[in-house]
Amino acid sequence: MSILVNKDSKIIVQGLTGRQGSFHAQQCIDYGTQIVAGVTPGRGGEEHIGVPVFNTAHEAVASTGANVSMIYVPAAFAADAILEAADAGVELVICITEGIPVLDMVKVKAALADYDCRLVGPNCPGVITPSECKIGIMPGFIHKPGKIGIISRSGTLTYEAVYQTTNNGLGQTSCIGIGGDPVRGMNFIDCLELFEKDPATEGIIMVGEIGGTDEEAAARYIKDHVTKPVVGYIAGVTAPKGKRMGHAGAIVSGGEGTAAAKYAALEAAGVRTVKSPAELGSAMLELLGS
Amino acid sequence: MNLHEYQAKQLFARYDIPVSSGDIADTPEGAVEVAKRLGGSLWVVKAQVHAGGRGKAGGVKLARSLDEVAAATKELIGGRLITKQTDAAGLPINIVFVEAGSDIASELYLSMVVDRAAEQVGFMASIAGGMDIEEVAEATPEKIVTLSVNPAAGFQPWQARKLGYGLGLNPQQMKEFAVIAANLYRMFFECDCEMVEINPLIINAEGKLLALDAKVGIEGNSLFRHPDLVAMRDTTQEDARELAASEHDLNYVSLDGNIACMVNGAGLAMATMDLIKLHGGNPANFLDVGGGATPERVAAAFKLILSNESVEAILVNIFGGIVRCDVIAEGIISAVKEVQVSVPVVVRLEGTNVEKGRAMLADSGLAITAADDLTDAAKKVVASVA
Repeated sequence: MSILVNKDSKIIVQGLTGRQGSFHAQQCIDYGTQIVAGVTPGRGGEEHIGVPVFNTAHEAVASTGANVSMIYVPAAFAADAILEAADAGVELVICITEGIPVLDMVKVKAALADYDCRLVGPNCPGVITPSECKIGIMPGFIHKPGKIGIISRSGTLTYEAVYQTTNNGLGQTSCIGIGGDPVRGMNFIDCLELFEKDPATEGIIMVGEIGGTDEEAAARYIKDHVTKPVVGYIAGVTAPKGKRMGHAGAIVSGGEGTAAAKYAALEAAGVRTVKSPAELGSAMLELLGS
Repeated sequence: MNLHEYQAKQLFARYDIPVSSGDIADTPEGAVEVAKRLGGSLWVVKAQVHAGGRGKAGGVKLARSLDEVAAATKELIGGRLITKQTDAAGLPINIVFVEAGSDIASELYLSMVVDRAAEQVGFMASIAGGMDIEEVAEATPEKIVTLSVNPAAGFQPWQARKLGYGLGLNPQQMKEFAVIAANLYRMFFECDCEMVEINPLIINAEGKLLALDAKVGIEGNSLFRHPDLVAMRDTTQEDARELAASEHDLNYVSLDGNIACMVNGAGLAMATMDLIKLHGGNPANFLDVGGGATPERVAAAFKLILSNESVEAILVNIFGGIVRCDVIAEGIISAVKEVQVSVPVVVRLEGTNVEKGRAMLADSGLAITAADDLTDAAKKVVASVA
């Protein structure tokens, strides 16, 4: 079992013909992902890396029965692409694009309320269910089918958690990079809910970082609704106040969003926290072993 | 991207938000010219720096004569202003804003930010103007009114009433406030702001509302569609190394330790700083070289790191995903040679072809130590400066 994506997922790629879109779509195809169509306005009717290209997401979905869209279009056009995909009827949009203006995302979030469509990202590595379906830019080979669900705001820290749980034999059910932007699609709570319901997931690793209060909200949710063991790590203990640390959303402002507050909330909720990202895998192994 | 007060007030004026008249100067003579043009007998000379807390730090001076205008300007221009929001070095004062003095009857507070939890633009208003709003929130939260605006509906009259009556305004002031708040909301979206703060928003002796101070931040991701606002950028107010980094598309933040780090990915870069601290060291910077970690970017990153004289060792932490570790190792070796790195470099590589990558680093004949894992890397780099 898994969450969000599996071997039956059929994916369209918005921005397939761009440099990033081509490269990463090819990597997904090589992993075994069913990439069924691309969307590039003005290139409809062409074939690109062996995939048919359509002018609109609506045509691409109608012709192929796709249920997921992966987005690589440039930041200036990404909000438009997300809403086009939602209107075309896919149930899941995974937006990899980095640098979307935050007020575009404010509008997108309000508009998405009208659709039965989940959004992952933007500014994220994507979603993978090991050996079944890779949608995004993560290196496929570090993953291994198994029993841990991983949720993270950071790309490379997701890979750390994945690699450790692959090496210690636990493996992963699904891994979700929710992205580093302040306003984004699925949040920790949405993913925790799905992992809690997924019978194959035996433990959950969540990787947070400074900025906002989503980890605190997740901690309250875990306390009331999550029965599976959770290991948590927060990046940015040493980050200075008021400085944006790479991700648009990673900033401590107005006394809000500190790593200390997030650790405290997680610990109060019974989450096993680690102060080093090198201990994510071993802490989970310990929890499941006892 | 932050704007100066005078630039923020230019934006306000464009959106019919009342500000007192004033102009900028960079010499005492220029300041006197501005004061003469403004007329009256009371002026305020304000240092233009990208930081709050200017008043308490001596950056805002009242002048009751043209001589006092000149003296205040002479004192400020060319100096540095250290406020509680700057570091110990402060920020350079290159420009002052000379403004007509106002008779203040009362001081209010009004601000807007993107409310991350609501995923909407939020307003905050308070009758405790002229004070640090974080302190007000701490001590007297009942003096603060907040709300967020659904972007589909836009700013509504009831929202203006909720804020305005919360501020204790009379009916005439309420009318002025409704226009100000609606115009601010329009400005916030049209200019892609990430933050607008008016502290204080005053009621003057005639009972009129006026923005006495103005703080505006433009959201970084939106700059591609605001060339007019980008033209207002004042790079003298930015950290020199952070500025150089942005020219190479590197994400860099200066810290005050002695162990530099170079990492791919923002989350892992923060985690690497935390690990150095956890093992008893002090990080000198945050640096994300991006996913590719190409030789050119790695070389640029080494140069940047080494421009900080406090740096005594470097930790390179790369999780090779799509890019193979041997390719990354090659990039690091050529960059260390090219830049002539003279401090110890500890490298932790993980990913495809990791053994080959580590062997290349070990055989390079350079002062590079290959680490086995994250913890080993942090311990080795901390030991190298002990």
